[in-house]
Order: sequence, then structure tokens, then C-alpha cells
Amino acid sequence: MYETKYHRPVSLPQAAKFAADHGDEGKYLAGGMTLIPTMKQRLAAPEALIDLRHVPGLKGIKVEGKSIVIGGGMTHSDVAMSDEIKSVCPGFADLAGLIGDPAVRHMGTVGGSVANFDPAADYPAALLALGATIRTNQREIAADDFFVGLFETALEDGEIVTKIAFEAPDACAYEKFRNPASRYAMCGVFVARRGGDVKVGVTGAGSEGAFHWSEAEQALSSNFAPEAVDGLTMPQDNMMSDIHGSSAYRANLVKVVTKRAVKKALGH
Amino acid sequence: MTDVTITVNGREMKGSVENRTLLVQFLREHLGLTGTHVGCDTSQCGACVVHLDGKAVKSCTMLAVQASGSSVTTIEGIAEGQELHPVQAAFREHHGLQCGYCTPGMIMTAVDMINRHGSSLDEETVREELDGNICRCTGYHNIVKAILSAAGAAQPQAVAAE
Repeated sequence: MYETKYHRPVSLPQAAKFAADHGDEGKYLAGGMTLIPTMKQRLAAPEALIDLRHVPGLKGIKVEGKSIVIGGGMTHSDVAMSDEIKSVCPGFADLAGLIGDPAVRHMGTVGGSVANFDPAADYPAALLALGATIRTNQREIAADDFFVGLFETALEDGEIVTKIAFEAPDACAYEKFRNPASRYAMCGVFVARRGGDVKVGVTGAGSEGAFHWSEAEQALSSNFAPEAVDGLTMPQDNMMSDIHGSSAYRANLVKVVTKRAVKKALGH
Repeated sequence: MTDVTITVNGREMKGSVENRTLLVQFLREHLGLTGTHVGCDTSQCGACVVHLDGKAVKSCTMLAVQASGSSVTTIEGIAEGQELHPVQAAFREHHGLQCGYCTPGMIMTAVDMINRHGSSLDEETVREELDGNICRCTGYHNIVKAILSAAGAAQPQAVAAE
């Protein structure tokens, strides 16, 4: 790892000031579960790290009725263990409990994961399917507009994900097919049903990161059952292809995992 | 260089470190606490697990400066004098190790797991939660038995390899 400067702000304005001081050479450090390994491999060499773990404005989970607001600095473990989230939106808590391993979940944060937008990250699939809003220290962005492409989001330099907000749906579930070695999603699917409207977010499989599977959304909106997906074919064009699985394999996996997610949602 | 103050195993330790110093390097190289191991150095194997403010974390994936102001517990800090921590004792009793390299991380992960689940732990949960700790010797059976025993939880009815 190359040497770097270290700042520990205790407020959002102070964090933004540190970022501005370093131009685009500084980097926010949330849980560090991606950034630290990337720096160790010298794939990233920020001039300065701005540690967000001590910013109170990023903490807290607020559940009022079906409305859920989660601070960007909350860890995956906080989300997975939140009784409030479990009671109104168990599928979302389930998802958080499937990220990494217990030690990783104690450090990694919602905001960090969302801002990084790894193509195999779990939250983006859920945020797309839930129609979530991503709040930053500057504005609010709809999930559909936030996730732009591979590791690319709508965030501007210096912008911090402060909260994610969504309404709990009538039913939802996340199903994940994990790479047996890395445990990252080879394919993860989050399905959410509100009345007769069903949304499907897919992660891990697409070469541009998480996406909506529109055909499945239509089919499941008219019949929320695993077999509604049977007649559909996921095109291979935008599927990832690597040593872990070809694009044809991943395209089929999307369908299989979607069916499992629907089955799980029906059971919740 | 940055000055850090970290309470390690109950004692306040001060040091001056490069910002890029990993927490595990601080523990091993600055403090001489070599019980915490580095296995993979890529967050996979869990040999470096310590507790940060009571929660299991991978000390190879955290900077020492991030831990400044916090409390860290390592494998050296859990026994009471000559008396082993119940999880250490259970690993000995159930022969939950062979070469021992992964053991410090296994035990710190196990203590954290038992803190969260208590005696409601079951075999499936233990195996799932050992996701981030790799052992290449034991095949995990005796590690699982040791953790369930230390938690005061029911032992598995039958273990495939027996």
C-alpha cells in the first residue's frame, strides 16, 4: 500500500471540506472492505483517506410504519440484526445477512457499498426493485438514476451517501447464488411486490452492474408465481462472462434465481 | 506518521505509525502480539480476526489509524491468567485444531458468534458463520463441536465423517 494521509471528520460539512481540500485525489473511507484491499493491491492510491466512521449524521435506522430510512454509515450487521427492519421488510434484512462474512458485516456499510456499485454488490438489486431513494449530503436521487454503470454512480466528487430510504413492499425476498470460493453473488435477485406491481432487481450477472429485469417484472405483475418466469429468456448480450461462468450460464442463472426469489417471497 | 492510542487487551497502547500501517501489523510488529496471524492478507481466511469494540473484524483489512480511540481484543487477551477462556478450553477438549495456524482467528470468531447467539447456536449457524475463517487441516467438524460445546448448545446428532 502506498502511504496516504488520514483525516477523521466528525460532521458531514467537515468531511466535505476535507474532500474539497484534496480535489479528486482524496477518497472517502466507509467500512473499507473494498477500498483497503484495493489499496493493498496498489490498484488505488488516494492522496488522502477521509474516514466516515465517526460522522454522527450517517448513523441510525428509522422505521415508521412501512417507511424505512437507513443511515449510510450503518453496517451490514446493523441492518441484518435490526428487529425493526426484520418486522416490516424481512427480505432486506436477509440480504444484509448474506453479505461477506460476520467480520466483514461488522465493518462494511450500506453507504459504502451503494457508492462503490460493485457489479456483484447485493444492495443495488434491492434498491432498484424497491424503488429506493438515495440521499446524499447534497440531494436525493432515485435508485434508477443513481446506478449508472460498472462502478459508476450519479455521485459527484465529494458527494456522500447519507441515507437510503424506501417503503417496505407487500412482499419481497432476495435470493443469492454465491460463487463457492469468493461467496460474491454469481447472481442475486431481489423481487418486490406492491399490490399487482412487481419489480425485479438483478445483480452479479450483468456486465454493467445491477439492472431491472423488465420482462420478468411484467410477467410477475400478472402472475406472482415462479412459473410465470418459465417462458422468458434472459438475453446473453449483457451478461458477464469469466472463468466462473459463461454469459449463457449466467443468463440461465438469472431465471433460476428469480424463480427461487419469488418462491421465497411467497413464503415470507 | 500519526500518533495512535488503542486500548489493547485492556491496556492503553500508544504508538506512532504510518497511516498505511494495517492494524495487524501494529499488533504484531509494534506491540509484539504475534498471536494474531496473517494468512491470506486478502480478507478471506480470518486468521487475523480480532475484536474491535467487542465485534469481530479482520485486522488485515483495517488501518491502525482507523482503530485509534477504540478497544481491541486479541487472542492474547481472552484467558484469565493461566485459566483458558471457555472457547480456548473447548478447542483443546474437542481437538478443534491441528496445525493451529487458523486457531486464533477461529477462536476470536467463535467468541463473537457466541456473544451474539448464545446457547441458541446450532450447527448450521456455526458453519454459516465460519464462512470467513478457513482451516485447511481439520475439516471443521471438531471446530464446530468445540464452538457448540463452549456455547452450551446442543451437539449435532450425527457427524458425517464419524
